[in-house]
Amino acid sequence: MALVTLTIDGKQVTVEEGTRIIEAAKEAGIEIPSLCYLKDINEIGSCRVCVVEVEKSKGLQAACVTDVAPGMVVHTNTPVVRAARRLSVEMILSDHPYECVTCPRNLNCELQSLAERLGIREVRFESDDEIKPIDMSTPAIVRDPNKCILCRRCVAVCEKIQTVNAIGPYGRGLSTEIGPAWGESMSESPCVQCGQCTLVCPVGALYERDYTEEVWQAIYDPDKFVIVQTAPATRVAVGEPFGLAPGSISTGKMVAALRQLGFDKVFDTNFAADVTIMEEGSELLERLATGGELPLITSCSPGWINFMEEFYPDLSQNVSSCKSPQQMFGALAKTYYAEKIGIDPANMVVVSIMPCTAKKFECQRPEMTASGYQDVDYVLTVRELADMIKEAGIDFDSLPEEEYDDPLGISTGAAAIFGATGGVMEAAVRTAYEIYTGKTLEKIDFEEVRGLDGVKEASVELDGTTLKIAVAHGLGNARDVLDRVKSGEAEYHFIEIMSCPGGCIGGGGQPIPTNDEIRQKRIEAIYEIDKNMPLRKSHENPAVKELYDTFLGKPLSDKSHQLLHTSYTWRSPFGSMIYKDDQGIWALDRVAQSQVAGESDS
Amino acid sequence: MSNNTEHKCECAEAYLDIERIIEQNRGNRGALVQVLHYVQERLGYVPKDIQVKIAETLGVSLTEVYGVITFYSLFREKPRGKYIISSCQGTACYVRGAPDVLERLEKELGITAGDTTDDGLFTIEVVRCLGACGLAPVMTVNEDTHGRVTQDKVPAILDLYRKKEEAETVHVAGS
Repeated sequence: MALVTLTIDGKQVTVEEGTRIIEAAKEAGIEIPSLCYLKDINEIGSCRVCVVEVEKSKGLQAACVTDVAPGMVVHTNTPVVRAARRLSVEMILSDHPYECVTCPRNLNCELQSLAERLGIREVRFESDDEIKPIDMSTPAIVRDPNKCILCRRCVAVCEKIQTVNAIGPYGRGLSTEIGPAWGESMSESPCVQCGQCTLVCPVGALYERDYTEEVWQAIYDPDKFVIVQTAPATRVAVGEPFGLAPGSISTGKMVAALRQLGFDKVFDTNFAADVTIMEEGSELLERLATGGELPLITSCSPGWINFMEEFYPDLSQNVSSCKSPQQMFGALAKTYYAEKIGIDPANMVVVSIMPCTAKKFECQRPEMTASGYQDVDYVLTVRELADMIKEAGIDFDSLPEEEYDDPLGISTGAAAIFGATGGVMEAAVRTAYEIYTGKTLEKIDFEEVRGLDGVKEASVELDGTTLKIAVAHGLGNARDVLDRVKSGEAEYHFIEIMSCPGGCIGGGGQPIPTNDEIRQKRIEAIYEIDKNMPLRKSHENPAVKELYDTFLGKPLSDKSHQLLHTSYTWRSPFGSMIYKDDQGIWALDRVAQSQVAGESDS
Repeated sequence: MSNNTEHKCECAEAYLDIERIIEQNRGNRGALVQVLHYVQERLGYVPKDIQVKIAETLGVSLTEVYGVITFYSLFREKPRGKYIISSCQGTACYVRGAPDVLERLEKELGITAGDTTDDGLFTIEVVRCLGACGLAPVMTVNEDTHGRVTQDKVPAILDLYRKKEEAETVHVAGS
């Protein structure tokens, strides 16, 4: 690619052709402020905060949408630029409630930091904006239109990365709002609750539904036996809110913190991830042996499941009937474990620490009650856990490394890698290979399915049978793979789909910021954990072996099906609001298509 | 109401034409505004079920369809009344008491500007200048212009159209 040399604030910078001024400035050590810009995703110049002066150009240019040119001379710090920037921020602030101290994004808000950075001490404008209702209609995502600054990052992520289009701008001018079509609530939109919007929102307009108070009350209740499980991706991110570098492995400290918070037992979702591999690996081998529906598609990611139910219900027979590890854990905790220690499951509270917002929705699905109770009671994001640790005054970094409790805290490296895109596939292959061939898998690192490429493909030799596999993360990439499968263009035996870019380490419940650089660091940490585990194959987990020997029998047994497998529901791709419309035949036709896709293969 | 039945017949035909136009643009994302224009012209608004059909057939999202409809003031989400009252709030009308006239209109009809009465008869709209400043304050009802309106004259003007409507209803019922 051709190189372009330009001058920014007197410094010569050489960058690739097509680079935006805002990126070129970073090369010159200048951070041009912006509220709406997201590289490659949202480059629309809407907030006007990144304006710069370009010699021989009329007026100010938005640095996020202006390409560099040879010989261009850019000034980022002039009286005109400074005044324009301050004016833009003042205007945005004039339409933004001053609720910083009670805002969930207090001290982690881009607008707040920008006002501080620009030294805004007064806002000369007033707004008589009416107070709009806060949308708390879903168990996962809260939308506060009062705080929205109309930057459209959430819209861009929902449309371009996830291809869900749950929210968009409507109206015009001052009355513009970002939300679901027809001004409906989030629960009536096609939102899959992945929470990617909450990661990119610069302010507190989109955030997760907070369940910390419910969890505190459960912990304080002496009659409740409160156990906690931690998802694979939490341990490589939970240190970030405490100032640790992205990719710091904080497993032991997190366990110590949870114990200090007052949980009765600290367990690991990784245990259930190993169980998932036993069930899903067996399901794959059974489908291969009996000519069952292929490709088999993974079912761990609840955002993906919601997406499938809306946009690909015809593939529901292809999706594994396995519950996600979180839900397997809940069902086993309130049956197997409760029995084992002689506790009434009615008094047991299962809390999950998840990198995910969609898990909050998943745990409330009516079918997730295999134990006779709601299997998982509350889901907290990594951000909410960090809030609890801070509130308790625990100095996270100085905590000793502690171990998970037995037996639901025992796991393998195969479970650890569930947190990164490609990990479930790799873990499944490690086990399926050995069960199918009866041989030991020598090279267990499966590099082809690792990393941040949107779609990864590979093939595995199983004693003469070639297994064709694909891995997709981000729902737009999933759509790409599934459309090719449906058209017959691509043929696979096994597909892993994760809703969030990077897999769970990039989940909607992870610390803010989460970007590709940070995703990469967290992924490296995940594989580091795997490498250092004594056991790296799920079927070698002694606690899992005991579970099958003493309780479940074998994978895909009746008991397994009852506790660990599920079925899927049809959902309208336009959101549930479509049912409400009684004005046209077409809308009624869609309702007639409603169907419940049964559990596959059983 | 017989008027409604008549409307439904018209709609059925319009709906068929609209579905044909939407189908002709299958997969053509760029045709969104044109298709919306056609629907607006035929029905006077863009019903929700048509919005969904446009989204699915053209391959755009429902949020985008709704965003475009709410961005351009030409497109309407709700049906408009049979009689469109345009209340001028331009400078000349404004200083001669147009706000009082508008307030009375809203009170008499029980709706706010931009809305339509439940019986589908009247829609109140606010316009900036009708170019008839000599008659200020002025308002139009469909093609009719009413000048030098005071708020006290409002009930009589509305009655004019209500009577007209009654006469038409009797005529239709008797035919």
